[in-house]
Amino acid sequence: MLDIIAPFFERLYETTGLNFSPFYDPYDWNRLLRGMWVSVELIIAIIALSLVIGVIGAGAQTSRIRAVRWLVAAYIEIFRNTPPIVQLLFFYFGLGAITPQVDMGGWYEPMIGSFGWAVIAIGIFGGSYNVEIFRSGVEAVPGTTVEAAEALGFTNFQIFVYVTLPLAFRFCLPALTNNIISLAKTSSLAYVIAVPEITYSLSGIWSDSVNVPEMMVLLFVYYIVLVAIIARLMSSLERRLALPGYGQ
Amino acid sequence: MITADNWTPDQPIVALHDVHKSFGENEVLKGIDLEVMKGEVICIIGPSGSGKSTLIRTINGLTPVTRGSVKVEGQEVHDPDLDKLALRRKVGIVFQQYNLFPHKTVLQNVMMAPVLVLRENKDEVRERARSLLAKVQLNGKEEAYPAELSGGQQQRVAIARSLCMRPDVMLFDEVTAALDPETVKEVLVAIKQLAGEGMTCVLVTHEMGFAREISDRVYFTDAGRIVESGPPAQIFETPKDPRTQEFLSKVL
Ligand SMILES: Nc1ncnc2c1ncn2[C@@H]1O[C@H](COP(=O)(O)OP(=O)(O)O)[C@@H](O)[C@H]1O
Ligand SMILES: [Mg+2]
Repeated sequence: MLDIIAPFFERLYETTGLNFSPFYDPYDWNRLLRGMWVSVELIIAIIALSLVIGVIGAGAQTSRIRAVRWLVAAYIEIFRNTPPIVQLLFFYFGLGAITPQVDMGGWYEPMIGSFGWAVIAIGIFGGSYNVEIFRSGVEAVPGTTVEAAEALGFTNFQIFVYVTLPLAFRFCLPALTNNIISLAKTSSLAYVIAVPEITYSLSGIWSDSVNVPEMMVLLFVYYIVLVAIIARLMSSLERRLALPGYGQ
Repeated sequence: MITADNWTPDQPIVALHDVHKSFGENEVLKGIDLEVMKGEVICIIGPSGSGKSTLIRTINGLTPVTRGSVKVEGQEVHDPDLDKLALRRKVGIVFQQYNLFPHKTVLQNVMMAPVLVLRENKDEVRERARSLLAKVQLNGKEEAYPAELSGGQQQRVAIARSLCMRPDVMLFDEVTAALDPETVKEVLVAIKQLAGEGMTCVLVTHEMGFAREISDRVYFTDAGRIVESGPPAQIFETPKDPRTQEFLSKVL
């Protein structure tokens, strides 16, 4: 791949001064690929965690125990009303400092690295939105449909799994798509705690090669393409889950 | 005293005694007595807001009662130790708004409860579901989704879905009230066939002609009480109570 494009970008650099070093220099090429890979891993982990938190949180909000409902409400308030970067720094420097170190055979490493903290912090941040999104989906499920399942002898758990959740998920999919895209973009904050994702990789390249504008263009293109891919995936999911004839 | 242990089929299959129900300050049922024998078809008629839906829903425990006793096959429905599942497999209910599962096909709607709740063999349930759908004239609609069907078709799916649990008693709460006039008949035909096969049915209905034709006994309710009951001919031709007379003069 690099062999094919390298001559063109080398010429481009020589003739115009536009230095897209990752496209001819194997070392920078690897930094770019690695940055993209870590970024994708990070985004997938963040989204997965935020979805799990969203489902559990939405369930906990309907708990009979008042303290549980209160905790969920406090969680949502705190994480929706403070900047995600502050949350990330709090987790990494605040909690990171007091988590135990693991003996790696001679040297010690923190139990949770910067990647782990980025997933936890941004996942929890995204989860606070997902709780509300899932709750609005659950509220949109007609009580009469749930009642029909109850009358057929479904247990509460069966009603949740087979009726409420599949319908709520469909109803909240548009809002969920927005939040997932927003989380994909927010993942770039992991840069500040030195997670080697794309923004961090490219900043390494531009401080070595002094080609900030070119790398900035690359960064923009990367996120535009990534968001377009996520949007496509989500809309095809929406089409696949569409209820034929429903709401017409 | 009839209990679940000594109940026999010659005793009332559904028995309500002095049932009261309040929603907050609003007393909706003010002492209802009603008995249904196995194989009987009874209709409950009365003005809207008189508590008919509330009454029918106490029979399968969807609405808990404030006071009084509701028994199905001798088993107290509102006993806190009641096995809800055992009750719900005995009593099927069909609602005014069909309430099908919109994300499941017609066949899946019918099969779901026996497979999930009764843990019956899937192939056997599928056979039964198909033959029930055929019985309510829905052959060929197995793979359709509810929202692709007319109201009358959806309501017949709802009936098949209930029947697939093989209930002993069927409750119908104004099941034709939301339908277009031309599809009302197909639903009534399905219910009539069911009643003809000996299913015990409790119906709330505004279809007076149908009530008269199908029921063994008619109950007229007003303001949370049963005003009078009797064979359809008597209720419709020689109603005793002025409230029944007034209601019938409006709807007939
Ligand atoms: N879940 C409920 N909460 C509060 N009030 C209710 C509820 N269900 C019914 N009611 C009230 O009970 C009365 C009787 O309602 P219902 O049984 O639906 O009458 P019907 O079916 O005869 O029209 C109405 O005044 C209604 O507002
Ligand atoms: Mg009603």
